[in-house]
Parts: sequence; structure tokens; C-alpha cells
Amino acid sequence: MSNQQLERITHNPKYRRLVRSRTLIGGILSAITLAIYLGFIGLIAYNPKFLGTPIDGEVTTIGIPIGILVIVSAFLLTGVYVFIANTTYDRLIREIKADAQ
Amino acid sequence: MSAALRVLAAVAVALAPTLCFADALTEQTEKEPVNYLAIGMFVLFVILTLGITKWASKRTTSTAQFYAAGGGITGFQNGLAIAGDYMSAASFLGISGLVYKSGYDGLIYSVGFLVGWPIVTFLIAEPLRNLGRFTFADVASFRFQQAPIRILAACGTLVTVAFYLIAQMIGAGQLIKLIFGLDYAIAVATVGVLMILYVSFGGMVATTWVQIIKACLLLAGASFMAFAVLQHFGFSTEAMFKEAVFNHPSGVKIMAPGNLISDPISAISLGLGLMFGTAGLPHILMRFFTVADAKAARKSVFYATGFIGYFYILTFIIGFGAITLVATDGEFLDPALLAAGKNVIEATKGGTNMTAIDLAKAVGGDVFFGFISAVAFATILAVVSGLTLAGASAISHDLYATVFKKGAALERDEIMVSKIATVVLGAIAIGLGIVAEKLNVAFAVGLAFAVAASCNFPVLVTSIFWRNMTTRGAVIGGFLGLLVAVGGVVFSPGIWVDVFGYPKGSAPFPYANPALFSMTIAFLGIWIGSKLDRSKRAAIDRAGFEAQFVRSQTGVGAESAVCH
Repeated sequence: MSNQQLERITHNPKYRRLVRSRTLIGGILSAITLAIYLGFIGLIAYNPKFLGTPIDGEVTTIGIPIGILVIVSAFLLTGVYVFIANTTYDRLIREIKADAQ
Repeated sequence: MSAALRVLAAVAVALAPTLCFADALTEQTEKEPVNYLAIGMFVLFVILTLGITKWASKRTTSTAQFYAAGGGITGFQNGLAIAGDYMSAASFLGISGLVYKSGYDGLIYSVGFLVGWPIVTFLIAEPLRNLGRFTFADVASFRFQQAPIRILAACGTLVTVAFYLIAQMIGAGQLIKLIFGLDYAIAVATVGVLMILYVSFGGMVATTWVQIIKACLLLAGASFMAFAVLQHFGFSTEAMFKEAVFNHPSGVKIMAPGNLISDPISAISLGLGLMFGTAGLPHILMRFFTVADAKAARKSVFYATGFIGYFYILTFIIGFGAITLVATDGEFLDPALLAAGKNVIEATKGGTNMTAIDLAKAVGGDVFFGFISAVAFATILAVVSGLTLAGASAISHDLYATVFKKGAALERDEIMVSKIATVVLGAIAIGLGIVAEKLNVAFAVGLAFAVAASCNFPVLVTSIFWRNMTTRGAVIGGFLGLLVAVGGVVFSPGIWVDVFGYPKGSAPFPYANPALFSMTIAFLGIWIGSKLDRSKRAAIDRAGFEAQFVRSQTGVGAESAVCH
């Protein structure tokens, strides 16, 4: 990458849009992941009794769906990022590359 | 080379059936009878994978092929291979065994092992592919002085790989002794020799296909078992939990978090270690260089997260199902232990690590039992191959080619060094695996994750995102993280009391996992070390950020895939 090319990319508004959006989305999604997980760990550490609460008189406790949901949420959040990246970022990157030629 | 490979392959294949007879020579009472069906299926797996290795060996003549399979792996294939690398026998047998033993606690580990993947997707995967070629050190050292960062990354890699590898080797030996009725040392040596063959002859191409095949076999086998369990309970998880609570000596306690986590600090520390350790495992990070571009890297983590999450849900069902289907069946219980007053869980033959294997027999008979046994063996083999390749690459690419030869090594020499490193690492792993047979290595995987989270991850993620980081800051923070993580584990109750045998409560570091502290110290070290750095080099390091960041975001200038 030449200095001229670098300059052209960093001054391209599309590049700024890409970086701003990716930093924001990546940051928000990371924060959500961390919050969900630390919330789960927090329950285990400080309130394990809550996770052991039976659901509606069944043997199944509320901790089971919560744990499974943490696993599913990790997959879904990853999917959200991949969807946004596939539909938005790839197009922006293609255009930025074309503009830099 | 291919002639040598043919000879070695022939030896390995010829060796496998004769291994059965080794059983007759030893007189251990606890050993299971020789399991010919399982050995037969495993030999089939070995023949298939050695065939692939032979095919791959013709292609691994360049470093791009040897380390990164020429970038010719698709996103979906890489997703499977990442899953194959990550779903170790420790997670398959260990977590289903943990669920069998203490119920809900197993789920805590499953969740912890999974939540690192979104972080890898959001922060690491794409910049990693855009900036690097073969190892994560390529990325961590991108704008810095090469030698110090490469040495740091190689230390982080080798410590992580060494502990992970030893844990897998010892687990492998004990498991194979139980399942196949083979001698421990022969089992460890078989794993070591096969791993050396795959990696040294087939490089990343063969390693990738071994992972993919193993991932498919493991997912298929675990799916069938979970399906059979659910079918037994009329597809009602409530019925499954109800019976489990009825049959388990701990009763309703298995439906809530129990004794696994003793104090809040340890819980949070373990959680952070598992989460960020995933994002710093060298053999996992290396997999992102096998795909064509950042888009494929991103897709591959998505597939991998799906496969791994699905797999952990299966292990949970397998563990709970086994409480009813294994622990109530006299065939799987040791009468001597029962007579000695042990409960049905404690008296399970071969210990709780055999849960998944026993369940295979309970739901699928001898043929399926043989299949799952062979899959467990294949699983260990695939994981140790990935680890060895990562360790060998750190030695040949980071230390030999970049530090020692200052980037001017001949490609042929670099591959040769990598192959020698593979053989040496394999030999060390076999040796230590045999010597440490009786050692309790439960801490080893935890230590591997702690080091990955405290050395590799902080250096990598800060180098990608923080403009003001300098070489000096990276070295200070990285080595501090590494030392504190290793020290924290050595002085924790897990080693100090359980391995060294000092009295209970005397451990200098009171928590079960150091990650909370060692990660904080690593990030602080990087921050302070960089902030106070006024050297000439620091100016170069900071000036290099702009170009690096543009490349990490757009992929302009990134190493393109080499066509097959």
C-alpha cells in the first residue's frame, strides 16, 4: 500500500463510515456478550439458589433454560455481526478499494 | 520423502493390530478386555487420514501450504475444522462426565468454553486474517520491532501448547487404556507417532482434513446419542431431569450450581479465563490464515460457533441421560466399589470420564460403542495435531525464520526446521506423557487458557486497536501477564495443595484461577509501558498504526490466497 493510496483511503468518507460503524457494532455486541456472560457468572457466584428455582412445580429449574439461552445468544450475536458485515461492510470495502485505485 | 512416509505409514498400520496382543503381556486387573471392534474402526480412521496425509505431503512444499494450506480452505470447511480443533476429548468426555457427576455444574463449563467465540468474531477474526500470514505473532508484531515481540509470542504459544498438549496426552493414554485395553505407554506413543506423521508430512493441509473428518464423526456420534436419550424419555426433557434427580445420589441438587465454584472471585476469574483464553489459543488463531480472505474468516467463526454450541448442548443431554441409563445399569458399575459403600456415580467403572463411552454402549450396543471409542481416539489425535502444528510454527516461523534468520530464511529450510520441531515436540510430549502418568493434570487445561488469556490475547487485541502501543509496552505487559498467570496457577490450591501436597489452606494464591488478575496486570503493563515509552522505536511503532489499521479494516495489501 503506497502512502498516496493510504491517504486516499483514510480521507474517503466511506472508510470513515466503515470504521465508525464497525467499531460501534463490534463494541456494542462485545459489551452485550460480556454482560450476558458476566450476568450468568454473577448469578452462579452470588445467587445460585435462584438458578435452582423449579419452573411451575416441575423438576426442571430456571437455570437450565437460562444456561441454554446464554449458549444460543452467543451464536445469535455472532450471526447478527456476520449478517451486518456481509450486507454492509463487504460492499463498503469493495467501494473503498475501487476508489483507492 | 513419500517413500519414507509410506514406510512409516505401513509401520503405523501394521503396529495397530499387534498392539492388541500387548494386552496379554501385561497383568493389570483394572484394564478392560481388548476391544477389537473399536480398534478396527480406529485403524480405518488411521488408514484414511494417513492416505490424506500422503496426498497432502505432495502439496506441502511451500511455507504457505505447510502453515496455512495455501489459504484454500472454504469458510464452511474451516468452521468445521475450528470446531474439530476446539471440541477436544476433554470437552466431550470431561463435560459429559462432569454433568453425570454433578449435573448443572457441567453447563457452567460449556457456557464458558463457548462465549469466547463471539469475541473472536467481533474483534479478532477479520483483522487477524487481513494482517497476518501464518501465526498470530505476524499480527502482534506487525508494526513493532520484530525480535522481542516474536520471542514473547513464541513463549506464549509454547507455554499454552505445552500444557494443553500434556493434558491431552495423559488423558489419551488413560482413556485408550480403558477403552481399547492397550498399555498406557503404547497408547501415548501411538498418539504421538501418528501426530508427528500428520503434521510433519501433511502440514496444515492434512491437519485441517483430520480436523474436519473428526468433527463430522464426533458431531454425528454425539447427535445420535442425544437423540437416543431423548427418545428414551419420549422427547421430554422434564422426564429426563425427573428420572435423573430420582436416580442420582445428590438428588435435586444436580439441578442447580453446586460445589464446583467455591467463591465469587474464582468464578469470575475462571469465567474471564475461559472467555478470553479462547481468543488467544494459538492453534485456533492459526486456523484463520487457512481461508482466502476476511469474509471467509468471519463466516468460519460463525459456523464454528454454531457447531460448538450445538455440541455442548448435546454433551449436557448425554450427561443427564447417562445418570438414568448408565448409573442404574449393573453392567457399568463396579461391584467391589458398591460393596465398599460408594454410590452409583462413584462406582461407575473407569470413573466419570467414561460416561459418554458407557452411554454409547447403553443406547447403541457394541458396534456403536466401538464407533464412539474410535471417535474419542480420533478426537484426541486431531487436537494434539493442531497443537503441535501451532507449536512447531512458533519455533520455525517466529523464532527461526524471523528472529534467528531475520526474515531471510530459505523456504525449504524453514519447512525443514518446522518438521524437526514437530518431531522434537512430539517426542517431548510422548516422554512427558509417560513420565507424568500418575499426575493429576486437571490444572493443565486451565493454565493453558489462563496464559492464552493473559499473554497472547492482550498483546494481540491491543496491537490491533490501540495506536499508542509500543514494542516496550507489549513486551512488559505480555511477559508480566505470562508470569503472573503461570505463578497464579502454580501457587493456587489446585497445584500447591493437590499436586505438591502442602497442607490445605496454605496456598499463597487463594483463588482457583488467576485470569482476572493476570489479564488486568497484562493490560496495565502494556498501557503504562507504552505511555512511558519515549524511545526512538516508540515513535516508529506509533507512526505505523495508521497503515496497519487501514489494512486490518479493509484488507488492502493483505496476503492473498495461493491457488491450489
